[in-house]
Amino acid sequence: MAAPLDTPAPKSVRRDWIPHVVIAIGIFITAFPLWVAFVASTLSNPEIAQAPMPLLPGNQAGANYGEALLQGGRSGRILTPPVWEMMLNSTVMALSIAVGKIIISILSAYAVVFFRFPFRMAFFWMIFITLMLPVEVRIVPTIQVITNLNMMNTYAGLTIPLIASATATLLFRQFFLTIPDELVEAAKIDGAGPMKFFRDVVLPLSVTNIAALFVILFLYGWNQYLWPLLIGTDARMQTIVIGMSKMIDSAGGPTDWNMVMATAILALLPPVLVVILMQRWFVKGLVETEK
Amino acid sequence: MAELSLSRVRKVYPGGVEAVKDIDIAIPDGALCVLVGPSGCGKSTLLRMIAGLETITEGDCRIGAGRVNDLDPSDRDIAMVFQNYALYPHMTVYDNMAYGLRNRGTPKDEIEARVQEAARILEISPFLDRKPRALSGGQRQRVAMGRAIVRKPQVFLFDEPLSNLDAKLRIQMRVEIKKLQRALGVTSVYVTHDQLEAMTLADILVVMSKGHVEQQGSPLDLYEKPASTFVASFIGAPPMNLIPVGAGENGPQAAGLTGGRGLAIPPGGATLGVRPEHLMVVAGPVPDDSLGITFPVSAVEAVGAETFVYGPIGGNGQEIIARLPGKALLAPGTPVSVAATAEHLHLFDSQTGKRLGQ
Repeated sequence: MAAPLDTPAPKSVRRDWIPHVVIAIGIFITAFPLWVAFVASTLSNPEIAQAPMPLLPGNQAGANYGEALLQGGRSGRILTPPVWEMMLNSTVMALSIAVGKIIISILSAYAVVFFRFPFRMAFFWMIFITLMLPVEVRIVPTIQVITNLNMMNTYAGLTIPLIASATATLLFRQFFLTIPDELVEAAKIDGAGPMKFFRDVVLPLSVTNIAALFVILFLYGWNQYLWPLLIGTDARMQTIVIGMSKMIDSAGGPTDWNMVMATAILALLPPVLVVILMQRWFVKGLVETEK
Repeated sequence: MAELSLSRVRKVYPGGVEAVKDIDIAIPDGALCVLVGPSGCGKSTLLRMIAGLETITEGDCRIGAGRVNDLDPSDRDIAMVFQNYALYPHMTVYDNMAYGLRNRGTPKDEIEARVQEAARILEISPFLDRKPRALSGGQRQRVAMGRAIVRKPQVFLFDEPLSNLDAKLRIQMRVEIKKLQRALGVTSVYVTHDQLEAMTLADILVVMSKGHVEQQGSPLDLYEKPASTFVASFIGAPPMNLIPVGAGENGPQAAGLTGGRGLAIPPGGATLGVRPEHLMVVAGPVPDDSLGITFPVSAVEAVGAETFVYGPIGGNGQEIIARLPGKALLAPGTPVSVAATAEHLHLFDSQTGKRLGQ
């Protein structure tokens, strides 16, 4: 006899525990290092050096964070600029890359999808092929170009080479292809020219996609390592990711781990903030297909 | 308001495919012209050429006095209703209707007045603040019509506007479109593949096939005097019975046929057409000038007011349909004799399918 539908079988209740346990283990694995980093950022250096290191926060938080934010770190003889300066650099870089990529790619996708011009598909494939040329592959010629243009140690040099984006163009192209032809035709009859159609119809329909891309691209820009390492030779141009790595003395000298950890926690905040604030849009942009 | 005329209009796609061949249609001011035909016959292409969404390869398209071949869609003073409505999904109903007016720089209070007026006519006033996705299919259809009405264009173009609606709503909207078109008196072109929709709506019915016009005229003219077997089988449901006949001594000759004296069958044979609704059951001999058909009943469909009777004649897969009034009590397998009077018989050339005589 079939069980009544409204009372779940006891077996399924037991089964529900398994995913929860798996999730709990996953969260622990992910969160524990973060907790250790946070705890370390609140301790003094000798306390960190103890074995085992305490797992409860200490009372140095104010001092550590204040010093990191305003004075910068020290490792051996290398001085790193204060965190707020590096965070400013990182923010400018991540924002420029995200916004720049979105503007460039939405316009190129719009051209490729809605206009008929000679060699349209050739251009599309040229954009597509750049997927095979990430920064790491073209780094030597790109450095050469940036040096020749006197763009070393400038925000422009830091961001422009990273802005052209095949991925975002492809994503917008796929989305634009789902816009029915009739909508374009209705707009034509309604007297909307290409730019008007872009502003009044395509852009509003793309809002969720733009939001999702912004999150992904902001994180991409924030986490850049190799390119800023090469371009920002001046300490004034250091991003926080670079600065943090420089605070760790690779020569084996003493490292102020509490400062490193405080910097790391601070470096986490902007991306986390972006994700939390944009989460609703982000999910919508990835799953929404309604037209 | 204006008349619309197409003269010697052609459309050749790059690659040489001729989608529309040499079409002449003149639609008087305020008339509703229906383009009907099977899919791929070029009717939608022709409509889109009038709209300016497709270029015209050759010939002239005139709205009123002016030639519009080289004008942008927005400058042709037309409005179009699409099959999938093509509403802007992110705009409210109000904005959807107002968008075209705003682009033309119509003053705000004028837009407000026109949209409210159209909404009142179409009974969509309560939905003006909603987005299209919150509306049913029929309501979206009305908004699409509203978007056309507020523009007060010279010509309305309808591209299969009722195809996405369910059967009941389709009939209701069909009547409303007709009423609305009459009331506004705007010259209209309406594309459909549904012959019933075409018959009921049209002032001028244009049957198209393979890019050319098979026949144009009033719906009843086309029904009574189809110019070809194509039109004969396309207009009317169920379609006209088309029977290949040979030339006998006293009229047509084919298995199961009698009578038909006086029909001038050419020596090479012809195609004889008779509509299912013109066949009546007869008992006894058929008058000489009427056409008698005897066939075994293979299927009977009783739909209440009338009965469709099917059966084979001639043994080569040729099937006859008779549409009999009321409830005809016929058992499958029994033979039945039906007859049609002379004025209901049509003759077509057996090679070209063109109408012979009359």
